[in-house]
Amino acid sequence: GGFSFENCKRNAVLEGEANKVGCSMPAARKTGTTICGVVFKDGVVLGADTRATEGMIVADKNCSKIHYISPNIYCCGAGTAADTEMTTQIISSNLELHALSTGRLPRVATANRMLKQMLFRYQGYIGAALVLGGVDCNGPHLYSIYPHGSTDKLPYVTMGSGSLAAMAVFEDRYKPDMEEDEAKQLVRDAIAAGIFNDLGSGSNIDLSVITKGKVDYIRPHDEANKKGVRTGDYKYKK
Amino acid sequence: MNNTTGLFCKSKLTPVCTGCVVMKTRPNRICNTVYRTESGRNGITMNTRGLRSQLKDSVPVAGLCPQGAYGVQDSLRSGFTSVKNELLPSHPLELSEKNFQPNQDKMNFSTLRNIQGLHAPLKLQMEYRAARQIQRLPFLQSSNLALDTLRGNDESIGFEDILNDPTQSEMMGEPHMMVEYKLGLL
Repeated sequence: GGFSFENCKRNAVLEGEANKVGCSMPAARKTGTTICGVVFKDGVVLGADTRATEGMIVADKNCSKIHYISPNIYCCGAGTAADTEMTTQIISSNLELHALSTGRLPRVATANRMLKQMLFRYQGYIGAALVLGGVDCNGPHLYSIYPHGSTDKLPYVTMGSGSLAAMAVFEDRYKPDMEEDEAKQLVRDAIAAGIFNDLGSGSNIDLSVITKGKVDYIRPHDEANKKGVRTGDYKYKK
Repeated sequence: MNNTTGLFCKSKLTPVCTGCVVMKTRPNRICNTVYRTESGRNGITMNTRGLRSQLKDSVPVAGLCPQGAYGVQDSLRSGFTSVKNELLPSHPLELSEKNFQPNQDKMNFSTLRNIQGLHAPLKLQMEYRAARQIQRLPFLQSSNLALDTLRGNDESIGFEDILNDPTQSEMMGEPHMMVEYKLGLL
């Protein structure tokens, strides 16, 4: 079972041949993205845009980047879309089995440890950059996980191609122990900064507010980029 | 690898070398005997510099002859033949993935040996050997439930459970041939 490397040599040969002719191999669908998270007084707010790109083309105008890990833990994913999807699903299953085995609500640190060990095992070939957030018995936690397996535990994190724009907003306006509405507005503004200033991010803003005992999955929270309505009529008048 | 001091394995890159368990008790023996996995020999190659550290530990003989239909080399599927292609792994993760489970086992055994003494890994290895022998007919895939339970893999899901499930593979062995071969009638 597991990954099969049978076709790697063939793919390398084909790619060499294609490059000689001038074509290139099709690019994997990425979520060139803005994702971010912030810890506020009672919990964690996670935010994400909704554009998925395939090279220079928008592949999905409204994709969902906030993935379910457990009832109290959610994870935003940037990078190769398939990698983030499968990785979060596998960790979600493992965490469920682990919770059944321990009989307790899973902790965010457990999910973090499982994710970083899996990503390190594959040495960065699984292109999944994740923002993991949740509330457990020890309070709210927020982690950012890089494709090679390093993690940071911070009060506010951003990932993806629009991370610099979002981080600029956070660095300006973050305060510890914010209220829920303030935190939601801050995350919304950070994602909007990523949407308007980064080509890889766009469309709507999804939010997920996780507090002790309650999760609000707001999709969409804000339709920042509505498709325009055609004002003219070019039909041939009878 | 054949260390005269016998205390540490020369290849410090692998977290556990089989030598750590065996060398301490029988210093002059080759450490392959305890573990029947090929990665015992990988412990040698990992320490050398350069491309030798990437060598596969066994080259299939058939790979050096033309394969494919009509006995001609299958250029579309395997590319142009070259010695480098046969010997070097096709992907940097290929070797580490092939040896992942054996390396995990070795690491666990070494920790056990350090905490609880030599008897603990020896007893467990005996159980592993027994569990590995529980198989079905030659052409049927075994679930390896006992082995998984011993290793602790029954409570986790990984890519090896989802991708390339052997029960779903497109190739199937010829049942009669395989049973006859197993029984020695062939």
